Amino acid sequence: MAKKLESTFMNMVLVMFLFTAIAALALGAVYTATKEPIETAKAAKLQEAIAKVVPAYDQYTKKQVTPAQGNDPLTFYIATKGDEVMGTAIETYTDIGFSGRVSVMVGFLPSGEIYNTAVLDHKETPGLGDKMDLSKSDFSLQFKGKNPNAYILKVKKDGGNVDAITAATISSRAFCDAIQRAWTAFETEGGNQ
Amino acid sequence: MNQWKNFTKGFLKENPVFVLLLGMCPTLGVTTSAINGMGMGLATTFVLVMSNLVISLVKNVVPDKVRIPVFIVIIASFVTIVDLAMAAYLPPLHAQLGLFIPLIVVNCIVLGRAEAFASKNGVGSSVIDGLGMGLGFAFALTLLGAVREMLGSGSFFGMKFLAGDGMLVFVLAPGAFIALSYLIALMTRITKRNA
Repeated sequence: MAKKLESTFMNMVLVMFLFTAIAALALGAVYTATKEPIETAKAAKLQEAIAKVVPAYDQYTKKQVTPAQGNDPLTFYIATKGDEVMGTAIETYTDIGFSGRVSVMVGFLPSGEIYNTAVLDHKETPGLGDKMDLSKSDFSLQFKGKNPNAYILKVKKDGGNVDAITAATISSRAFCDAIQRAWTAFETEGGNQ
Repeated sequence: MNQWKNFTKGFLKENPVFVLLLGMCPTLGVTTSAINGMGMGLATTFVLVMSNLVISLVKNVVPDKVRIPVFIVIIASFVTIVDLAMAAYLPPLHAQLGLFIPLIVVNCIVLGRAEAFASKNGVGSSVIDGLGMGLGFAFALTLLGAVREMLGSGSFFGMKFLAGDGMLVFVLAPGAFIALSYLIALMTRITKRNA
C-alpha cells in the first residue's frame, strides 16, 4: 500500500482545495440535472391542489395579495375557462394551529361560495388535529358550498356554524382562521374582478 | 476478514440502531410508518456505500490532519445528491423525509464508518461494510416503523388492516422511545442466545 501523504501545509491546502472543487463540480452537475424535474414536480403538485378546489378550468393567473391580518401574502390563482372566471383558488395559511403553520388551499366560486378546500401542509397531532385532512375525516367537507356571508367561519363553541373536530378544537379553529383570512382578502379584492 | 461476516455484522452483531445506538435522531424522528423508515434507511445506505467507496479510494492522498473535513465534504456531497434526486423523482417521499435527509450528513454512522472502517480498509471491504451497515440501519428503521405503524395507525406499509385509529402514542414521539426500547430488548435477547 502506498504511503500516506504527509500533513504538510501545502499538502493539506492542496488536498482540501481539490476535494472541495470536485464536490462543487459534482453538485453543480446534479443540481442542473434535477432542476427541471423538481420544478415539474412542484408545479404538478400546485396544479393538483388548484384543480381540487375550483371547477374545471383552462388556465390561471397568479397574484399575491397581502391580507389585513397576518404578515405573509396570500397567493390567488384565478382560474378561467375561455373568458369566463370559474373560480379563485387561494393559498392561505394560519399560525394559530396546534403545532406551527397550516397551509390550506381554498377555492371560491364567483358567487362567493366555497367550492372546496384542501390542506396543503400541516403538523397537527396525528389522530386528532390531522383529521382536518380529507384523507383522515370528512371535517373539511362541511365547508363545501357554503357562502361565508351567511355562514360564520367559527366553531360552534365560539358562536359559529362549524362543527369542530372532536378533541381538536384548536386545529378546527385554525382551519376556520385560514379560510376566514382567504375570504376577507377575497372580498377586499372585490371577488373575481 | 471474512466478507460475509463483514456484511452481516451490520444486521445483528453490530446493528447501528439496536446495538451501537448510533443515528438516533432519524431513527426516532422518521419512523412513524414502515415506508418512511425504509426510505430513510435506503437513503442512508446509499450515502454510506458511496462515501465508504470514495473514502477508501482516497484514504492515502488525504493527510491525517485534514481527514475529517475532507470526509465531511465527501459525505455532504452525497447527501445533497440524494436530497436533490429524491426531490426530483420521489416528491411524495421527499415531502415526508425532507427535513431529515440533510441530517444524514451529521449521522454518526456515516462518519463513524468512514473513520473506523473505510479509512483503514480496502475498497471491496469498505463497500461491503457500508452496504451491510446501511441495510442493517434500513432494516432496523423499517422494523421500528412497521411496529409503530401497526400499533399506532392499524396499518402496514400504508394498508389499513384495522378500522379506526390505534394507539396514537406510538405515532407520537414518546411511542418511538417505547417501541425502540422493546425492540432493543428483543434484539439483545436473540443475539445473546445465538452467541
